[in-house]
Amino acid sequence: MRRALRLLVVLALVAPLQAQVTFDRILHGDREPQNWLSYSGTLMNQRFSPLTQITTANVKNLQQQWVWQAKSLEKFEATPLVVDGIMYTVQAPNDVVALDAVTGRVFWTFAYAPAPEGRPCCGKVNRGVAILDDTLYMGTIDAHLIAIDAKSGKALWNTTVAKASDRYSITSSPTIVKDKVIIGIGGGDGPIRGHISAFDAKTGKEVWRFYTIPGPGEPGNETWSGDSWKTGGVGVWNAGAYDPETNLVFFGTGNPAPDWDGRNRLGDNLYSDSVVALDADTGRLKWHYQFTPHDELDYDSTQVPLLADIQWPVGTASSRSGQEMRARKVMLWANRNGVMYVLDRATGEFLKGKPFVKTNWLDGFDAKGRPHQVKFPSPEGTLVHPHVHGGINWAPPAFSPRTGWFYVASWENSGIVAVTGQFPRTASANTQQTAMGQTNLVPFYNDSTEPFGVVRAYDPKTLEQVWEFKMSDITWGGTLATAGDVVFSGGREGYFLALDAKTGALLWKASVGGQVNAGAMSYAVNGKQYVAIAAGNALFAYALP
Amino acid sequence: MEQAHLTRWLAVALLATGLGIFAPRTAAAAQHETAADLLDGERAFKNTCANCHGPDGDVIPGIDLGRGRFRRPMTEEDLVRIIRTGIPNTPMPASQMTVEQAQKIVAYLRNRAAGVRSSVVAGDPLRGKTAFERTTTSGGCTSCHRVGSSGSRVGPDLTDVGSRRSAVEIERALLDPAAEVAPANRSYRVVLKNGTTVTGRLLGHDTFSVQLLDSREQLRSFAKSDLRELGFVATPMPSYRATMTPQEIADVVSYLSSLRGQ
Repeated sequence: MRRALRLLVVLALVAPLQAQVTFDRILHGDREPQNWLSYSGTLMNQRFSPLTQITTANVKNLQQQWVWQAKSLEKFEATPLVVDGIMYTVQAPNDVVALDAVTGRVFWTFAYAPAPEGRPCCGKVNRGVAILDDTLYMGTIDAHLIAIDAKSGKALWNTTVAKASDRYSITSSPTIVKDKVIIGIGGGDGPIRGHISAFDAKTGKEVWRFYTIPGPGEPGNETWSGDSWKTGGVGVWNAGAYDPETNLVFFGTGNPAPDWDGRNRLGDNLYSDSVVALDADTGRLKWHYQFTPHDELDYDSTQVPLLADIQWPVGTASSRSGQEMRARKVMLWANRNGVMYVLDRATGEFLKGKPFVKTNWLDGFDAKGRPHQVKFPSPEGTLVHPHVHGGINWAPPAFSPRTGWFYVASWENSGIVAVTGQFPRTASANTQQTAMGQTNLVPFYNDSTEPFGVVRAYDPKTLEQVWEFKMSDITWGGTLATAGDVVFSGGREGYFLALDAKTGALLWKASVGGQVNAGAMSYAVNGKQYVAIAAGNALFAYALP
Repeated sequence: MEQAHLTRWLAVALLATGLGIFAPRTAAAAQHETAADLLDGERAFKNTCANCHGPDGDVIPGIDLGRGRFRRPMTEEDLVRIIRTGIPNTPMPASQMTVEQAQKIVAYLRNRAAGVRSSVVAGDPLRGKTAFERTTTSGGCTSCHRVGSSGSRVGPDLTDVGSRRSAVEIERALLDPAAEVAPANRSYRVVLKNGTTVTGRLLGHDTFSVQLLDSREQLRSFAKSDLRELGFVATPMPSYRATMTPQEIADVVSYLSSLRGQ
């Protein structure tokens, strides 16, 4: 199988011809490992590259091939796409750039000036484009969705998804399903009503819309007291996943608003801090699971859903029969609230949940997976773990079908003092650790009792940690796993790291001079495997000599 | 030229080139203009407007009356009003003209936007569209040019050519395409050391590499060290002076002049 795959790669790379990227190609992205056709590689969001040229044995020889400097001082959060030797990425806030993936030289730039009222809470950032056929799709910070010709860089259509003046924005990479472009809307720290919308890829016309807060008469509206549903936030600001077997598209949803004060939005506040499973053709809700009911700690659940097929004990949680296992189609989720979950992705059934960082806001789950919450904000302040920035924030995790493990870069040992109705105070002596946004390296003063970044591998069957690699400073970076059994990650210290997927041992590092705020990706051109990472204000590509 | 023929020519040219410039136009105005009206309009323009706007109407930055370009969108009614009442707090003064006189100036300007062309026949934009999209032995226009979402990206995109180029310029591009080629549209050819030749539109180059959109619409990058030969080449666009009739040229010009973007 591996030889066949290698042959496929070689054949595909002799003369890369830029053919149309059909949905079938996107759906089976693993069949063309030289390309990276959606945000996390495939619509399962495993961020796993089947390329095998770079291995645990030779990764120490990686050399920088090129650097592309963005004309932007914003955080560089985009994961590039690569299609048949052409790389597409976004220069924050919303310029799309086509690069030669071998040299980093620019073919064209699509420049877009967002309306001045497009001011997202946490930086004028973008996490990347999507592609279908010959067209790229980008959401903008002024809440537009723009289609761009991938050959010429010319805009084809520009649809207003929501009003930027009403504090809506888009920062995530769109999700392509069949002939539709599906995108969520951000701005949920303000008084918006979040939604996920599907647009006709050819025309930009909206096909369906799912409101993340149910309206009057819809199930779930009763979980919002008074009129709080009208302005309850619940943005959606990361890419979704798609399962062709059930035709379900999955998105994580954001916090309810106002973030820190739940006194006027009593109830569970559905579907905040949840995963929603929607029929991809109609947008109808098939199931949901709420990670953090009635959140007052800003625990957005906007991490990308990661779909995996793993072995799982037969029977329900309460009646498992010994060690008998069978294949199960699951969803893995390391959540901002510090808890890691395994859900059945066809039904939403809660299979397992376990804290993956220091967590004290819950002490367990009921039979249906509802958390038993024990720490709440108080007038005098309550020490809560994890920090408002979470055990993980939005950064994309990885899963290797070879090891069967789930790779997550996270913050350990972080906490806040939650005061009723107020922005929480930091629990650390060093407030520097809470700073968001800077892309230059900063002096680092933490001692060993303060928060740190860590890359860990977990066995999804038990959610037990298999190994960890600790960093001094925290991380906003994602993880990439490869078939060469290498896991790539990085952090705020400005190192891009290669770890052994089986042991966590450090195999190689590069000083990239700015913090890693994105997930890495891998591609190949003319038989040569590359690994690309955005750090600071630049995009770096590495390969073997 | 017979009066009826001229009137028809004007009507078609206005329809073809005026869209988006002077729109919305009143149907009545379009139907009742005569060559005499246009001559009156021209005389009034040269006596009054040209003092500040210049003989071609393009002296004031941001305004090109001969091509229907203004600092903000204008309807014909807007123009008639401005000619009569001026623009407060600007050098544009009010005039003593009647509505009818001002309308003649607007008609003249609209006619200038259509251009004074060598072709003396009326162009039909619908026939022009058919001719433009026809496949010929040389491949036809769309084998290089794109309008909206159809055609090739190798040559200049013509989706909004009518708002960038006058009818005169479009006609010249059809008859004498090498006369003026925008820098970004120049053709480039590289010859690899193995003899392979690739031509296309130059997207960029540096000391070590070249980026092209090749004739198969592929984004291509080459190391200069792999090339035997490289450089600009003559435009692949042929002259249609001998292969199209004046009527067909007029039709295509009318069609292209009507393209104002999407």
